[in-house]
Amino acid sequence: MQSLAWSIGVPLAAAVACFASVPTGVILLLLAACGAAAWVPVWQLYAGASGAYVVGDWAVPLGIGLRLDGLSALFMGVTAVVFVIAGVHALAYRLPERRRSAFWSLWFLLWAGLHALYLSNDLFNLYVTLEVVGLSAVALVSLTARAAALQYLFVTMLGSLAYLLGVALLYAGYGALEPGALRAAGEAGPLLWSVLALMSVGLLLKTAVFPLHFWLPPAHAGAAGPVSAVLSALVVKASFFLLVRLWADLFQPVAASPALTALGLAGIASVLWGGWRAFRAERLKIVIAYSTVAQLGYLMIFFPLAFHTQPFVAVDAYSGMGMLVAAHACAKAGMFLAAGSVLHELGHDRLDGLDGWGVRYPVAAFAFAVGGVTLMGLPPSGGFVAKWLLLRAAFHSQQWLYAAALLGGGLLAATYVFRPLGGAFRVVGHVEKKMPGVLQWSALALAGVSLLLGVVAAWPLDLLEIGRVLETRGAP
Amino acid sequence: MTTAVLYGITGIVLFSLGLYALVVQRHFLRRLLSLNIMGTGVFMVFIASAWRPAPEPVDPVPHAFVLTGIVVAVSATGLGVNLWRRMQAEKRGEEAP
Repeated sequence: MQSLAWSIGVPLAAAVACFASVPTGVILLLLAACGAAAWVPVWQLYAGASGAYVVGDWAVPLGIGLRLDGLSALFMGVTAVVFVIAGVHALAYRLPERRRSAFWSLWFLLWAGLHALYLSNDLFNLYVTLEVVGLSAVALVSLTARAAALQYLFVTMLGSLAYLLGVALLYAGYGALEPGALRAAGEAGPLLWSVLALMSVGLLLKTAVFPLHFWLPPAHAGAAGPVSAVLSALVVKASFFLLVRLWADLFQPVAASPALTALGLAGIASVLWGGWRAFRAERLKIVIAYSTVAQLGYLMIFFPLAFHTQPFVAVDAYSGMGMLVAAHACAKAGMFLAAGSVLHELGHDRLDGLDGWGVRYPVAAFAFAVGGVTLMGLPPSGGFVAKWLLLRAAFHSQQWLYAAALLGGGLLAATYVFRPLGGAFRVVGHVEKKMPGVLQWSALALAGVSLLLGVVAAWPLDLLEIGRVLETRGAP
Repeated sequence: MTTAVLYGITGIVLFSLGLYALVVQRHFLRRLLSLNIMGTGVFMVFIASAWRPAPEPVDPVPHAFVLTGIVVAVSATGLGVNLWRRMQAEKRGEEAP
Protein backbone atom coordinates (compact mmCIF):
# COMPACT_ATOMS: atom_id res chain seq x y z
CA MET A 1 0.00 0.00 0.00
CA GLN A 2 1.85 3.01 -1.24
CA SER A 3 -0.60 5.32 0.48
CA LEU A 4 1.17 4.44 3.76
CA ALA A 5 4.27 6.33 2.67
CA TRP A 6 2.09 9.25 1.54
CA SER A 7 0.38 9.42 4.92
CA ILE A 8 3.77 10.28 6.43
CA GLY A 9 5.09 12.28 3.48
CA VAL A 10 2.17 14.68 3.07
CA PRO A 11 2.21 16.10 6.65
CA LEU A 12 6.01 16.23 6.50
CA ALA A 13 5.85 18.28 3.29
CA ALA A 14 3.21 20.49 4.90
CA ALA A 15 5.56 21.08 7.85
CA VAL A 16 8.30 22.20 5.49
CA ALA A 17 5.90 24.39 3.50
CA CYS A 18 4.91 26.19 6.71
CA PHE A 19 8.46 27.42 7.32
CA ALA A 20 7.36 30.22 5.04
CA SER A 21 4.52 32.43 6.19
CA VAL A 22 1.45 30.77 4.69
CA PRO A 23 -2.01 32.37 4.30
CA THR A 24 -5.03 30.89 6.08
CA GLY A 25 -6.56 29.41 2.95
CA VAL A 26 -3.45 27.37 2.20
CA ILE A 27 -3.32 26.05 5.75
CA LEU A 28 -6.92 24.88 5.41
CA LEU A 29 -5.91 23.06 2.22
CA LEU A 30 -2.90 21.48 3.94
CA LEU A 31 -5.09 20.31 6.82
CA ALA A 32 -7.50 18.73 4.37
CA ALA A 33 -4.67 17.09 2.40
CA CYS A 34 -3.11 15.58 5.53
CA GLY A 35 -6.51 14.38 6.75
CA ALA A 36 -7.12 12.70 3.40
CA ALA A 37 -3.61 11.17 3.43
CA ALA A 38 -4.47 9.55 6.76
CA TRP A 39 -7.91 8.34 5.80
CA VAL A 40 -7.06 6.79 2.43
CA PRO A 41 -4.94 3.92 3.85
CA VAL A 42 -7.44 3.41 6.68
CA TRP A 43 -10.19 3.08 4.12
CA GLN A 44 -8.10 0.77 1.92
CA LEU A 45 -7.39 -1.48 4.91
CA TYR A 46 -11.07 -1.56 5.76
CA ALA A 47 -11.84 -2.49 2.17
CA GLY A 48 -9.52 -5.49 2.49
CA ALA A 49 -6.12 -4.34 1.24
CA SER A 50 -2.98 -5.69 2.89
CA GLY A 51 -1.33 -3.23 5.24
CA ALA A 52 2.35 -4.00 4.62
CA TYR A 53 4.69 -1.77 2.62
CA VAL A 54 8.46 -1.57 2.25
CA VAL A 55 9.62 1.95 1.37
CA GLY A 56 11.51 2.08 -1.95
CA ASP A 57 11.80 -1.74 -2.05
CA TRP A 58 14.89 -1.68 0.17
CA ALA A 59 14.95 -4.85 2.22
CA VAL A 60 14.67 -4.67 6.01
CA PRO A 61 16.78 -4.01 8.19
CA LEU A 62 18.43 -1.27 6.08
CA GLY A 63 15.14 -0.34 4.41
CA ILE A 64 12.08 0.81 6.28
CA GLY A 65 9.10 -1.48 6.66
CA LEU A 66 5.68 0.04 7.32
CA ARG A 67 2.73 -1.86 8.71
CA LEU A 68 -0.90 -0.85 9.06
CA ASP A 69 -3.23 -3.07 11.07
CA GLY A 70 -6.54 -2.50 12.81
CA LEU A 71 -4.98 -0.93 15.89
CA SER A 72 -2.81 1.55 14.01
CA ALA A 73 -5.65 2.30 11.58
CA LEU A 74 -7.92 3.23 14.49
CA PHE A 75 -5.25 5.49 15.99
CA MET A 76 -4.57 7.05 12.60
CA GLY A 77 -8.22 7.74 11.86
CA VAL A 78 -8.75 9.36 15.26
CA THR A 79 -5.55 11.39 14.88
CA ALA A 80 -6.76 12.80 11.58
CA VAL A 81 -10.16 13.79 13.01
CA VAL A 82 -8.61 15.54 16.02
CA PHE A 83 -5.86 17.28 14.04
CA VAL A 84 -8.19 18.60 11.33
CA ILE A 85 -10.81 20.00 13.71
CA ALA A 86 -8.29 21.34 16.23
CA GLY A 87 -6.37 22.82 13.29
CA VAL A 88 -9.44 24.74 12.13
CA HIS A 89 -9.81 25.92 15.71
CA ALA A 90 -6.16 27.02 15.79
CA LEU A 91 -6.72 29.19 12.71
CA ALA A 92 -9.14 31.32 14.73
CA TYR A 93 -7.03 31.17 17.90
CA ARG A 94 -4.96 34.28 18.57
CA LEU A 95 -1.30 33.24 18.51
CA PRO A 96 1.53 35.77 18.70
CA GLU A 97 2.14 36.76 15.06
CA ARG A 98 5.85 35.94 15.07
CA ARG A 99 5.17 32.44 16.42
CA ARG A 100 2.61 31.65 13.74
CA SER A 101 4.77 29.92 11.17
CA ALA A 102 6.67 28.04 13.92
CA PHE A 103 3.35 26.84 15.27
CA TRP A 104 2.13 25.47 11.94
CA SER A 105 5.43 23.77 11.09
CA LEU A 106 5.47 22.03 14.46
CA TRP A 107 1.80 21.17 14.14
CA PHE A 108 2.33 19.26 10.90
CA LEU A 109 5.63 17.79 12.11
CA LEU A 110 3.89 16.38 15.19
CA TRP A 111 1.19 14.96 12.92
CA ALA A 112 3.77 13.31 10.63
CA GLY A 113 5.61 11.92 13.66
CA LEU A 114 2.44 10.33 15.00
CA HIS A 115 1.68 8.70 11.65
CA ALA A 116 5.23 7.38 11.42
CA LEU A 117 4.95 6.00 14.94
CA TYR A 118 1.74 4.13 14.16
CA LEU A 119 3.19 2.66 10.98
CA SER A 120 6.78 1.77 11.94
CA ASN A 121 7.53 -1.90 12.10
CA ASP A 122 10.95 -1.70 13.66
CA LEU A 123 11.81 -0.93 17.26
CA PHE A 124 14.61 1.49 16.41
CA ASN A 125 12.51 3.47 13.94
CA LEU A 126 9.90 3.60 16.66
CA TYR A 127 12.48 5.29 18.90
CA VAL A 128 13.11 7.93 16.24
CA THR A 129 9.40 8.57 15.80
CA LEU A 130 8.98 8.75 19.58
CA GLU A 131 11.59 11.50 19.63
CA VAL A 132 10.04 13.35 16.68
CA VAL A 133 6.69 13.30 18.49
CA GLY A 134 8.22 14.21 21.85
CA LEU A 135 10.44 17.05 20.63
CA SER A 136 7.79 18.68 18.46
CA ALA A 137 5.34 18.43 21.37
CA VAL A 138 7.90 20.09 23.68
CA ALA A 139 8.45 22.86 21.15
CA LEU A 140 4.70 23.42 20.81
CA VAL A 141 4.34 23.72 24.60
CA SER A 142 7.29 26.11 24.71
CA LEU A 143 5.39 28.62 22.53
CA THR A 144 3.37 29.58 25.61
CA ALA A 145 4.88 27.88 28.71
CA ARG A 146 8.68 27.72 28.85
CA ALA A 147 9.27 26.26 32.31
CA ALA A 148 6.72 23.49 31.78
CA ALA A 149 8.27 22.78 28.38
CA LEU A 150 11.73 22.31 29.90
CA GLN A 151 10.43 19.81 32.44
CA TYR A 152 8.52 18.08 29.66
CA LEU A 153 11.73 17.92 27.60
CA PHE A 154 13.62 16.16 30.38
CA VAL A 155 10.79 13.71 30.93
CA THR A 156 10.34 12.86 27.29
CA MET A 157 14.10 12.43 26.71
CA LEU A 158 14.46 10.24 29.79
CA GLY A 159 11.54 8.08 28.68
CA SER A 160 12.95 7.67 25.18
CA LEU A 161 16.43 6.82 26.46
CA ALA A 162 15.10 4.11 28.76
CA TYR A 163 13.23 2.72 25.77
CA LEU A 164 16.36 2.95 23.60
CA LEU A 165 18.47 1.05 26.13
CA GLY A 166 15.82 -1.67 25.96
CA VAL A 167 16.18 -1.68 22.15
CA ALA A 168 19.98 -1.95 22.45
CA LEU A 169 19.74 -4.90 24.83
CA LEU A 170 17.25 -6.62 22.54
CA TYR A 171 19.52 -6.16 19.55
CA ALA A 172 22.49 -7.48 21.51
CA GLY A 173 20.44 -10.49 22.60
CA TYR A 174 18.51 -11.41 19.46
CA GLY A 175 20.09 -9.47 16.58
CA ALA A 176 16.72 -8.37 15.22
CA LEU A 177 14.38 -5.46 15.85
CA GLU A 178 11.22 -6.43 14.01
CA PRO A 179 8.47 -7.21 16.52
CA GLY A 180 7.41 -10.23 14.48
CA ALA A 181 10.90 -11.76 14.38
CA LEU A 182 11.50 -11.01 18.06
CA ARG A 183 8.25 -12.61 19.01
CA ALA A 184 9.41 -15.93 17.61
CA ALA A 185 12.84 -15.65 19.24
CA GLY A 186 11.81 -14.24 22.61
CA GLU A 187 11.79 -16.43 25.68
CA ALA A 188 11.28 -15.62 29.34
CA GLY A 189 14.61 -14.85 30.97
CA PRO A 190 16.66 -12.10 32.61
CA LEU A 191 17.22 -10.32 29.28
CA LEU A 192 13.55 -10.09 28.37
CA TRP A 193 12.71 -9.06 31.93
CA SER A 194 15.16 -6.17 31.98
CA VAL A 195 13.99 -5.07 28.53
CA LEU A 196 10.42 -5.21 29.73
CA ALA A 197 11.23 -3.13 32.80
CA LEU A 198 13.22 -0.48 30.90
CA MET A 199 10.78 -0.09 28.03
CA SER A 200 7.66 -0.16 30.17
CA VAL A 201 8.92 2.39 32.71
CA GLY A 202 10.17 4.69 29.95
CA LEU A 203 6.87 4.54 28.11
CA LEU A 204 4.77 4.82 31.27
CA LEU A 205 6.65 8.00 32.05
CA LYS A 206 5.70 9.37 28.65
CA THR A 207 2.12 8.16 29.08
CA ALA A 208 1.92 10.00 32.46
CA VAL A 209 0.65 7.09 34.54
CA PHE A 210 0.63 7.57 38.32
CA PRO A 211 3.16 8.07 39.96
CA LEU A 212 4.97 9.30 36.82
CA HIS A 213 2.30 11.84 35.88
CA PHE A 214 3.77 14.93 37.64
CA TRP A 215 4.83 16.66 34.41
CA LEU A 216 1.50 16.42 32.61
CA PRO A 217 -0.72 19.05 34.29
CA PRO A 218 1.68 22.01 33.95
CA ALA A 219 2.59 21.12 30.34
CA HIS A 220 -0.93 20.36 29.13
CA ALA A 221 -2.58 23.22 30.99
CA GLY A 222 0.12 25.74 30.05
CA ALA A 223 0.02 25.03 26.31
CA ALA A 224 -2.19 26.99 23.92
CA GLY A 225 -5.74 25.60 23.51
CA PRO A 226 -5.30 23.59 20.31
CA VAL A 227 -1.91 22.30 21.50
CA SER A 228 -3.38 21.06 24.80
CA ALA A 229 -6.04 19.30 22.77
CA VAL A 230 -3.64 17.24 20.64
CA LEU A 231 -1.24 16.60 23.54
CA SER A 232 -3.92 15.20 25.82
CA ALA A 233 -5.86 13.43 23.10
CA LEU A 234 -3.05 11.87 21.09
CA VAL A 235 0.53 12.40 22.24
CA VAL A 236 0.19 10.59 25.58
CA LYS A 237 -1.64 7.81 23.77
CA ALA A 238 1.18 7.40 21.26
CA SER A 239 3.39 5.90 23.97
CA PHE A 240 0.44 3.84 25.15
CA PHE A 241 0.07 2.53 21.58
CA LEU A 242 3.69 1.44 21.67
CA LEU A 243 3.16 -0.26 25.04
CA VAL A 244 0.27 -2.27 23.60
CA ARG A 245 2.38 -3.28 20.59
CA LEU A 246 5.30 -4.33 22.79
CA TRP A 247 3.21 -6.30 25.23
CA ALA A 248 1.25 -8.00 22.49
CA ASP A 249 4.24 -8.93 20.33
CA LEU A 250 7.30 -9.06 22.46
CA PHE A 251 6.40 -9.61 26.05
CA GLN A 252 3.93 -12.45 25.49
CA PRO A 253 6.29 -15.01 27.12
CA VAL A 254 6.36 -13.01 30.35
CA ALA A 255 2.80 -11.72 30.15
CA ALA A 256 1.23 -13.97 32.76
CA SER A 257 3.10 -12.27 35.52
CA PRO A 258 3.04 -9.79 38.39
CA ALA A 259 4.05 -7.10 35.86
CA LEU A 260 0.47 -7.12 34.57
CA THR A 261 -0.88 -6.64 38.07
CA ALA A 262 1.57 -3.79 38.59
CA LEU A 263 0.26 -2.06 35.46
CA GLY A 264 -3.31 -2.60 36.62
CA LEU A 265 -2.61 -1.20 40.09
CA ALA A 266 -0.83 1.84 38.63
CA GLY A 267 -3.95 2.28 36.52
CA ILE A 268 -6.23 2.21 39.57
CA ALA A 269 -4.00 4.70 41.37
CA SER A 270 -4.11 6.98 38.28
CA VAL A 271 -7.90 6.81 38.14
CA LEU A 272 -8.27 7.71 41.82
CA TRP A 273 -5.50 10.28 42.14
CA GLY A 274 -6.22 11.96 38.80
CA GLY A 275 -9.91 12.13 39.61
CA TRP A 276 -9.29 13.53 43.07
CA ARG A 277 -6.86 16.19 41.89
CA ALA A 278 -9.21 17.14 39.05
CA PHE A 279 -11.95 17.59 41.64
CA ARG A 280 -9.73 19.79 43.81
CA ALA A 281 -8.24 21.86 40.97
CA GLU A 282 -8.76 25.62 40.85
CA ARG A 283 -8.42 26.16 37.11
CA LEU A 284 -10.49 24.76 34.28
CA LYS A 285 -7.54 23.53 32.20
CA ILE A 286 -5.96 21.88 35.25
CA VAL A 287 -9.25 20.02 35.83
CA ILE A 288 -9.14 18.69 32.29
CA ALA A 289 -5.42 17.84 32.49
CA TYR A 290 -5.85 15.75 35.66
CA SER A 291 -8.85 14.09 34.11
CA THR A 292 -6.48 12.89 31.38
CA VAL A 293 -4.34 11.21 34.06
CA ALA A 294 -7.49 9.48 35.34
CA GLN A 295 -8.58 8.32 31.89
CA LEU A 296 -5.10 6.99 31.10
CA GLY A 297 -5.54 4.88 34.22
CA TYR A 298 -8.44 3.04 32.54
CA LEU A 299 -6.12 2.27 29.66
CA MET A 300 -3.66 0.66 32.08
CA ILE A 301 -6.44 -1.51 33.51
CA PHE A 302 -6.71 -2.87 29.96
CA PHE A 303 -3.47 -4.86 30.39
CA PRO A 304 -4.45 -7.29 33.17
CA LEU A 305 -7.85 -7.79 31.52
CA ALA A 306 -6.50 -8.35 28.00
CA PHE A 307 -4.04 -11.07 28.96
CA HIS A 308 -6.65 -13.16 30.70
CA THR A 309 -6.75 -16.79 29.61
CA GLN A 310 -10.43 -16.75 28.64
CA PRO A 311 -10.61 -15.54 25.01
CA PHE A 312 -13.88 -13.63 25.30
CA VAL A 313 -12.50 -11.59 28.22
CA ALA A 314 -9.49 -10.64 26.13
CA VAL A 315 -11.71 -9.74 23.16
CA ASP A 316 -13.89 -7.48 25.29
CA ALA A 317 -10.90 -5.78 26.88
CA TYR A 318 -9.25 -5.19 23.51
CA SER A 319 -12.38 -3.69 21.96
CA GLY A 320 -13.01 -1.61 25.08
CA MET A 321 -9.47 -0.25 24.94
CA GLY A 322 -9.82 0.77 21.28
CA MET A 323 -13.15 2.43 21.92
CA LEU A 324 -11.81 4.28 24.96
CA VAL A 325 -8.83 5.58 22.98
CA ALA A 326 -11.10 6.93 20.24
CA ALA A 327 -13.81 8.32 22.51
CA HIS A 328 -11.45 9.90 25.01
CA ALA A 329 -9.31 11.47 22.30
CA CYS A 330 -12.29 13.25 20.74
CA ALA A 331 -13.94 14.18 24.03
CA LYS A 332 -10.76 15.45 25.66
CA ALA A 333 -9.72 17.44 22.60
CA GLY A 334 -13.20 19.01 22.49
CA MET A 335 -13.04 19.92 26.18
CA PHE A 336 -9.57 21.45 25.88
CA LEU A 337 -10.69 23.45 22.85
CA ALA A 338 -13.71 24.70 24.81
CA ALA A 339 -11.59 25.60 27.86
CA GLY A 340 -8.92 27.11 25.64
CA SER A 341 -11.41 29.38 23.90
CA VAL A 342 -12.83 30.52 27.26
CA LEU A 343 -9.30 31.27 28.47
CA HIS A 344 -8.65 33.00 25.14
CA GLU A 345 -11.63 35.36 25.63
CA LEU A 346 -11.69 35.91 29.39
CA GLY A 347 -7.92 35.97 29.86
CA HIS A 348 -8.14 33.50 32.77
CA ASP A 349 -9.72 30.14 33.58
CA ARG A 350 -10.03 30.25 37.38
CA LEU A 351 -13.12 28.32 38.38
CA ASP A 352 -14.18 30.95 40.96
CA GLY A 353 -14.24 33.61 38.24
CA LEU A 354 -16.09 31.57 35.64
CA ASP A 355 -19.67 32.32 36.77
CA GLY A 356 -21.96 32.71 33.81
CA TRP A 357 -19.57 31.32 31.21
CA GLY A 358 -22.36 29.05 29.97
CA VAL A 359 -24.47 32.12 29.23
CA ARG A 360 -21.66 34.00 27.56
CA TYR A 361 -20.29 31.11 25.56
CA PRO A 362 -23.16 28.61 25.41
CA VAL A 363 -21.68 26.44 22.65
CA ALA A 364 -18.33 26.09 24.44
CA ALA A 365 -20.06 25.16 27.70
CA PHE A 366 -22.22 22.66 25.84
CA ALA A 367 -19.12 21.14 24.22
CA PHE A 368 -17.51 20.81 27.66
CA ALA A 369 -20.63 19.07 28.99
CA VAL A 370 -20.91 16.71 26.01
CA GLY A 371 -17.23 15.78 26.42
CA GLY A 372 -17.97 15.21 30.11
CA VAL A 373 -20.69 12.70 29.19
CA THR A 374 -18.00 10.54 27.57
CA LEU A 375 -15.62 10.93 30.52
CA MET A 376 -18.36 9.81 32.91
CA GLY A 377 -19.24 6.95 30.56
CA LEU A 378 -22.93 7.74 30.14
CA PRO A 379 -24.89 6.36 27.18
CA PRO A 380 -24.96 6.89 24.25
CA SER A 381 -21.37 8.11 24.24
CA GLY A 382 -18.32 6.20 23.03
CA GLY A 383 -17.07 6.28 26.62
CA PHE A 384 -20.12 4.28 27.67
CA VAL A 385 -19.47 1.52 25.13
CA ALA A 386 -15.79 1.42 26.12
CA LYS A 387 -16.54 1.17 29.82
CA TRP A 388 -19.27 -1.39 29.25
CA LEU A 389 -16.82 -3.64 27.39
CA LEU A 390 -14.05 -3.19 29.97
CA LEU A 391 -16.51 -3.80 32.82
CA ARG A 392 -17.84 -6.93 31.15
CA ALA A 393 -14.27 -8.19 30.85
CA ALA A 394 -13.63 -7.42 34.51
CA PHE A 395 -16.83 -9.14 35.66
CA HIS A 396 -16.35 -12.23 33.51
CA SER A 397 -12.82 -12.69 34.74
CA GLN A 398 -13.94 -11.88 38.32
CA GLN A 399 -11.37 -9.15 38.79
CA TRP A 400 -13.58 -7.12 41.07
CA LEU A 401 -10.96 -4.55 42.01
CA TYR A 402 -10.69 -3.37 38.41
CA ALA A 403 -14.48 -3.32 38.05
CA ALA A 404 -14.71 -1.15 41.18
CA ALA A 405 -12.08 1.25 39.82
CA LEU A 406 -13.94 1.54 36.49
CA LEU A 407 -17.22 2.33 38.27
CA GLY A 408 -15.69 4.58 40.93
CA GLY A 409 -13.74 6.49 38.28
CA GLY A 410 -17.03 7.31 36.54
CA LEU A 411 -18.42 8.80 39.76
CA LEU A 412 -15.29 10.86 40.30
CA ALA A 413 -15.54 12.07 36.70
CA ALA A 414 -19.09 13.24 37.40
CA THR A 415 -17.92 15.30 40.39
CA TYR A 416 -15.20 17.11 38.51
CA VAL A 417 -17.20 17.63 35.32
CA PHE A 418 -20.14 19.19 37.17
CA ARG A 419 -18.04 21.56 39.27
CA PRO A 420 -17.15 23.98 36.44
CA LEU A 421 -20.70 23.62 35.12
CA GLY A 422 -22.22 24.53 38.51
CA GLY A 423 -22.01 28.29 38.06
CA ALA A 424 -22.05 28.19 34.28
CA PHE A 425 -25.61 29.46 33.92
CA ARG A 426 -25.64 31.95 36.77
CA VAL A 427 -26.37 35.23 35.00
CA VAL A 428 -23.81 37.88 35.85
CA GLY A 429 -24.60 41.42 34.72
CA HIS A 430 -24.16 42.38 31.12
CA VAL A 431 -23.71 39.49 28.73
CA GLU A 432 -21.61 40.20 25.68
CA LYS A 433 -20.84 37.71 22.97
CA LYS A 434 -17.68 38.28 21.07
CA MET A 435 -16.03 34.90 20.75
CA PRO A 436 -15.46 33.83 17.14
CA GLY A 437 -17.97 31.12 16.34
CA VAL A 438 -15.31 28.78 14.94
CA LEU A 439 -13.63 28.49 18.34
CA GLN A 440 -16.76 27.18 20.01
CA TRP A 441 -18.23 25.12 17.20
CA SER A 442 -14.98 23.22 16.56
CA ALA A 443 -14.97 22.22 20.23
CA LEU A 444 -18.55 21.04 19.94
CA ALA A 445 -17.78 19.13 16.74
CA LEU A 446 -15.09 17.06 18.48
CA ALA A 447 -17.18 16.44 21.58
CA GLY A 448 -20.02 15.48 19.25
CA VAL A 449 -17.84 12.88 17.53
CA SER A 450 -17.12 11.25 20.88
CA LEU A 451 -20.85 11.06 21.54
CA LEU A 452 -21.57 9.74 18.07
CA LEU A 453 -18.93 7.00 18.44
CA GLY A 454 -21.25 5.21 20.83
CA VAL A 455 -23.97 5.11 18.18
CA VAL A 456 -21.77 3.87 15.36
CA ALA A 457 -19.56 1.72 17.61
CA ALA A 458 -19.64 -1.23 15.21
CA TRP A 459 -17.48 0.55 12.63
CA PRO A 460 -14.42 1.35 14.79
CA LEU A 461 -14.68 -2.05 16.46
CA ASP A 462 -14.70 -3.84 13.08
CA LEU A 463 -11.69 -1.81 12.03
CA LEU A 464 -9.87 -2.73 15.24
CA GLU A 465 -10.35 -6.45 14.59
CA ILE A 466 -8.42 -6.38 11.27
CA GLY A 467 -5.08 -8.10 11.78
CA ARG A 468 -5.72 -8.23 15.49
CA VAL A 469 -2.45 -7.63 17.40
CA LEU A 470 -3.37 -9.38 20.58
CA GLU A 471 -4.14 -13.00 19.90
CA THR A 472 -6.39 -14.68 22.35
CA ARG A 473 -4.57 -17.23 24.39
CA GLY A 474 -5.71 -20.41 26.09
CA ALA A 475 -8.38 -22.87 24.94
CA PRO A 476 -11.23 -21.37 22.90
CA MET B 1 34.93 -11.85 29.61
CA THR B 2 35.16 -10.58 26.05
CA THR B 3 35.83 -6.95 25.19
CA ALA B 4 32.33 -6.64 23.75
CA VAL B 5 30.73 -7.61 27.04
CA LEU B 6 33.02 -5.21 28.89
CA TYR B 7 31.91 -2.42 26.53
CA GLY B 8 28.28 -3.32 27.08
CA ILE B 9 28.63 -3.28 30.85
CA THR B 10 30.48 0.04 30.72
CA GLY B 11 27.61 1.41 28.66
CA ILE B 12 25.08 0.32 31.25
CA VAL B 13 27.23 1.82 34.03
CA LEU B 14 27.36 5.14 32.13
CA PHE B 15 23.59 5.04 31.68
CA SER B 16 23.11 4.49 35.44
CA LEU B 17 25.56 7.28 36.35
CA GLY B 18 23.71 9.65 34.06
CA LEU B 19 20.37 8.66 35.54
CA TYR B 20 21.71 9.24 39.05
CA ALA B 21 22.97 12.70 38.11
CA LEU B 22 19.68 13.55 36.41
CA VAL B 23 17.80 12.79 39.63
CA VAL B 24 20.27 14.45 42.01
CA GLN B 25 21.32 17.57 40.10
CA ARG B 26 19.10 20.65 39.95
CA HIS B 27 20.91 22.94 37.52
CA PHE B 28 19.55 22.86 34.00
CA LEU B 29 22.87 22.36 32.19
CA ARG B 30 23.98 19.59 34.52
CA ARG B 31 20.72 17.76 33.94
CA LEU B 32 21.00 18.16 30.18
CA LEU B 33 24.56 16.81 30.34
CA SER B 34 23.45 13.83 32.40
CA LEU B 35 20.89 12.99 29.73
CA ASN B 36 23.68 13.12 27.16
CA ILE B 37 25.80 10.78 29.27
CA MET B 38 22.88 8.37 29.47
CA GLY B 39 22.61 8.53 25.70
CA THR B 40 26.33 7.80 25.30
CA GLY B 41 25.89 4.76 27.52
CA VAL B 42 23.13 3.45 25.26
CA PHE B 43 25.27 4.04 22.18
CA MET B 44 28.08 1.99 23.74
CA VAL B 45 25.72 -0.92 24.26
CA PHE B 46 24.72 -0.66 20.59
CA ILE B 47 28.35 -0.60 19.46
CA ALA B 48 29.16 -3.58 21.65
CA SER B 49 26.28 -5.48 20.04
CA ALA B 50 27.96 -5.07 16.63
CA TRP B 51 30.82 -7.37 17.62
CA ARG B 52 31.06 -10.70 15.80
CA PRO B 53 33.60 -13.54 16.26
CA ALA B 54 36.78 -13.10 14.20
CA PRO B 55 36.19 -14.33 10.61
CA GLU B 56 32.80 -12.59 10.31
CA PRO B 57 32.65 -8.89 9.48
CA VAL B 58 31.31 -6.48 12.10
CA ASP B 59 27.54 -5.94 11.97
CA PRO B 60 26.98 -2.52 10.33
CA VAL B 61 23.37 -2.00 11.43
CA PRO B 62 24.07 -0.84 15.02
CA HIS B 63 26.48 1.77 13.67
CA ALA B 64 23.67 3.22 11.58
CA PHE B 65 21.54 3.23 14.74
CA VAL B 66 24.18 5.11 16.71
CA LEU B 67 24.62 7.71 13.96
CA THR B 68 20.88 8.33 13.91
CA GLY B 69 20.85 8.39 17.71
CA ILE B 70 23.57 11.04 17.78
CA VAL B 71 21.55 13.23 15.40
CA VAL B 72 18.51 12.91 17.66
CA ALA B 73 20.58 13.64 20.79
CA VAL B 74 22.13 16.75 19.23
CA SER B 75 18.74 18.12 18.16
CA ALA B 76 17.23 17.47 21.58
CA THR B 77 20.19 19.13 23.32
CA GLY B 78 19.95 22.08 20.95
CA LEU B 79 16.24 22.47 21.64
CA GLY B 80 16.87 22.34 25.38
CA VAL B 81 19.66 24.91 25.38
CA ASN B 82 17.66 27.25 23.14
CA LEU B 83 14.62 27.00 25.42
CA TRP B 84 16.73 27.65 28.47
CA ARG B 85 18.40 30.69 26.90
CA ARG B 86 15.02 32.19 26.06
CA MET B 87 13.86 31.60 29.61
CA GLN B 88 16.96 33.32 31.00
CA ALA B 89 16.43 36.25 28.64
CA GLU B 90 12.81 36.59 29.72
CA LYS B 91 13.84 36.46 33.38
CA ARG B 92 16.16 39.40 32.76
CA GLY B 93 13.26 41.22 31.14
CA GLU B 94 14.75 41.16 27.67
CA GLU B 95 12.92 40.34 24.48
CA ALA B 96 13.44 36.64 23.70
CA PRO B 97 16.09 36.09 20.99
